[in-house]
Order: sequence, then C-alpha cells, then structure tokens
Amino acid sequence: MTEASRGYAVALRRKALPFAGAAGFLLLWELFCRIYQVRPVLLPPPSLIFGELAQSPLWFAQQTAYTVGITLAGFMVAAILGVLFAVVVTEWKVLDRLLFPLFVALNSVPKVAIAPLCIIWFGTGAEPKIAIAFLIAVFAVVIDTILGLRSVPPDILDLAHTLRGSRWKVLTRIKLFCALPHLFAGLKVAMSLALVGAIVGEFVSSQRGLGYVILSAQGMFDTPRVFAAIAILAVLGVVLIELLDFVERLALPWQHITGRATH
Amino acid sequence: MIAAKDVGKRFGDAADGVTAIANISMNIAEGEFVSLLGPSGCGKSTFLRCLAGLEQTTGGTLLVDGKPIEGPPERLGMAFQRDALLDWMNVLDNVLLPADFSGGRRREFEPRARELLKMAGLSGFVQAYPRTLSGGMRQRVAMCRSLLLEPRLLLMDEPFGALDALTRDQLNVDLHRLWTQLRMTVVFVTHSISEAIFLSSRIVVFSPRPGTVIEDIQVELPDERRLAVRETEPFGRYSRHVRGLFENMGLLHD
Repeated sequence: MTEASRGYAVALRRKALPFAGAAGFLLLWELFCRIYQVRPVLLPPPSLIFGELAQSPLWFAQQTAYTVGITLAGFMVAAILGVLFAVVVTEWKVLDRLLFPLFVALNSVPKVAIAPLCIIWFGTGAEPKIAIAFLIAVFAVVIDTILGLRSVPPDILDLAHTLRGSRWKVLTRIKLFCALPHLFAGLKVAMSLALVGAIVGEFVSSQRGLGYVILSAQGMFDTPRVFAAIAILAVLGVVLIELLDFVERLALPWQHITGRATH
Repeated sequence: MIAAKDVGKRFGDAADGVTAIANISMNIAEGEFVSLLGPSGCGKSTFLRCLAGLEQTTGGTLLVDGKPIEGPPERLGMAFQRDALLDWMNVLDNVLLPADFSGGRRREFEPRARELLKMAGLSGFVQAYPRTLSGGMRQRVAMCRSLLLEPRLLLMDEPFGALDALTRDQLNVDLHRLWTQLRMTVVFVTHSISEAIFLSSRIVVFSPRPGTVIEDIQVELPDERRLAVRETEPFGRYSRHVRGLFENMGLLHD
C-alpha cells in the first residue's frame, strides 16, 4: 500500500466510524426485537421504522421541512437578538445591572409553561412555534456571547487603549472576534434547543410538523410512525450541528491553520 | 520629554492596599534609550503603564512634554511581553491596526507597513496568520505595528522576555540598529542585566517593592553595537557594577 492510499484509507475510516457506530446500534436493536419477539406497539424494530418512512417519504419530507423551518427561524432570531443583547449588556455596565438579573429570572420560568400563552398571543400559525423555539434557544447564545466578549486578553485591551481606538472599533475589530469561538459553542447548544422548542410548539397546537406527527401517531398507537419521526429528529439534530461546524470553519479560518513557519 | 517627580502608585485602599512604586524621580530627554532594570515585581512595569496612561499615578507629578498624563500620550508606540497580536488578522492587518484605530486610511499606510515588514525580514509572511509564526517572528510583527505611526515615544514592557536566548540576542541587535536610525525615545523594561547594557544609553535600576530608583547609570558604549561588545572590558565593568547593586539589595548570592 502506498503512503497516499494509506492516508486516504485512514481518512475514510475516520469518516466512516460514526456510521459504523450507528449501524451497530441499529443491528443490536433489530436483533433484540426479533429474538425477544417484542410487540411493535411497544418497540418496533428498525426495519419496521424504515418501512414506515419508505411508505410515504414525501409526506415525511413535508413535515420535516416545516419543523426545520420553525427551528431555523427560531434559531436565527435567538442568534441575532442574543448577540445584540450580549453586546448591549457588556458595553454598558448600567444596563448589565438593570437587565441581566431580569433576564435570568425570566429564563428561569419553564418555557413549556409559556407555550400555551404564546398560542393566545400569536395564534395558531408558525409564529407561536418560532417564539417558543426562540425563547428556549436564546439563553445559551446570550451567556456564551457575554463570556466571549469578556474573554479579550488584558494585553490586547491595553493595546487598544494605547492606540486610542473608539469603542466601536474595539468592539468590531477585537471583542467580537474574541467572542466568536464562544459564540459558536453557544450557537450549537441553541440549535439543539431551538429544535426542542419547535417540537414543543407543535405539541401544543399544530396540524403540521414532526411534533404533530408524533402526537397524532401516539393517539392512534401507531408506534412505528412515532419512532419514524423520532429517527428523523435524531438525524436532523446531527445535520444541523454539522452545518454549524461547517459555517464555523468558514468564519474562523485562523483557528484551523496547521503548520508553523520557522525563522 | 518625560519628567517624573516623586511618582507613587498604590493599588487598593490605604488599609490593605499595595504600594507598587514610591518616590520615583527621573527626567528622560528626547531620543534617549532608557532601560528600567529591576527584579520581578519591583514596579517597573507599573511605572511604564503610568507613562502609557494605562494606570493613574497616586502621588507626585508625571509629565510628558510638560503636560500631566491623562490617558495615552499622542504618537505613542507600545510593545508587550506577550506580543498582543490579533489572531484573526493576517500579519499586514495587524501592522496596520494603529492606522485603522487612529482613523487613518489603510491604503495610505500600507506601503509603510510593507516596508517595515521587509526591514524585519517578514516580506514572505504578509498574508500569514500570527498563529503560524514562531515567537520571534510574532514579536517582530508586534514591533512593526508599534512603529507604524512613527512614534516619538516607544514603551516596551519586557518584549523579549518570552523568547529563547538566540532569538532574543538577534532582536536586541535589530532593535538597537532601529533605534540608532530613528532615534525615538525608548523606555524599555527588562530584568536582564546584559540586555539593558547592550541596548541602552541609560539604565535606571529599581529596588524591590515598593519600587524606587536605586541608581541612574549612563552607558558609554560605541554607538554601533555588535553582540561581541558584551565580551569587552567596559561592558564587563557595567555588568559587574549592576550585579553589585543587586547583591547589595540581597537579590543575588554567590
């Protein structure tokens, strides 16, 4: 085997490993169901779940698209407002004292308890679901962005001070960049939480989306369909996080450079 | 250019505060290269930070160009022990940062930035990110950055403290050559006796905390300094003298 092909094989193995883990898990599951003859209404084997998905792929795709739309909308609003709030709070100490405790207090209220209120306020369309996804996701963005904005090394703040830079320049040239790695950590948590929020919103009132699929299928004891929706959600979570990883690599090129010049 | 009279700096309140420096008096003329030499924690960096307008003095008067310091003086360059480069900007943008911060137009300063980088032997790394550079190269970039706006006053806080001995020697030679060409006023904090003698036209020796001036030494060595100057008799005399001061303070034992 040549050096290049060996390197290729290693890379391939690394990429394939997570899939191998998932496949092993599904295989054990299938064997467990067959050997112990588990009733599908309690725990359907993976083959049955895939069969359910294969029966009406288009319908599942539509429900998934709806939930993804809600999730991404809630996530985007949480990202934008969360970063803005973090900037405001770190730039003005008065506002930090004034608003941050209130923010923490409001966040301590269980969001699931607010979900019915959202229906009253926003009706039964997409808006209340987006609002719930936003409410659940925004805290992670705010906390991590504040941490990031405060993580600027003291040397660099001194440098900015001696250069007599305006606060705007210090914020846009230094603080926001320092915050980026923390921000992306927060965004990944926020993405998973926005998905949770979207499902909660669909549970409360919806005629569409994966949350609705789960709830309506459960009402008819159609367990394979419940599991089909859950399987889609699991894959969706992974895909959305991978997507953010990809964006992170694009946004922070300096973090992913290897190799060091010597002189 | 700089006039300090009985300058003191206390951190914290009267009861449980720490006096970092006390009764520091010195005058620094335009174009001097002054090293502040002393043991770790003696307050020499604190004094430098007062000069940079990063700390407020709590006693005495400290004037730059006859005016009390209320924030960073104009045309100030500063170099830090850790180079304080911005990881997310390439080398050229890092060097151009002072122009950006002072509201200058980037294009105006780009030729000078490139020229400085060329002088520092970094022409090939203009587009590189700092993370890919060695410690010595990073510190060179930081020096280029502090020189971009042609500072009248250059404050350096142990800039070579984290470098290996060979790189440090080379940067000493480079810095001294630069200073003989540009003749800006330099205040250089170090705890290396030989570095201070090699670079300076004058050495101010600090006592341990609370830091105060023990002795003010004029260094008379040839203007063109090569590393070999460290093996000459005059250099040895200065070195013995300063070491003697540290021994008298109980900081060194044989």
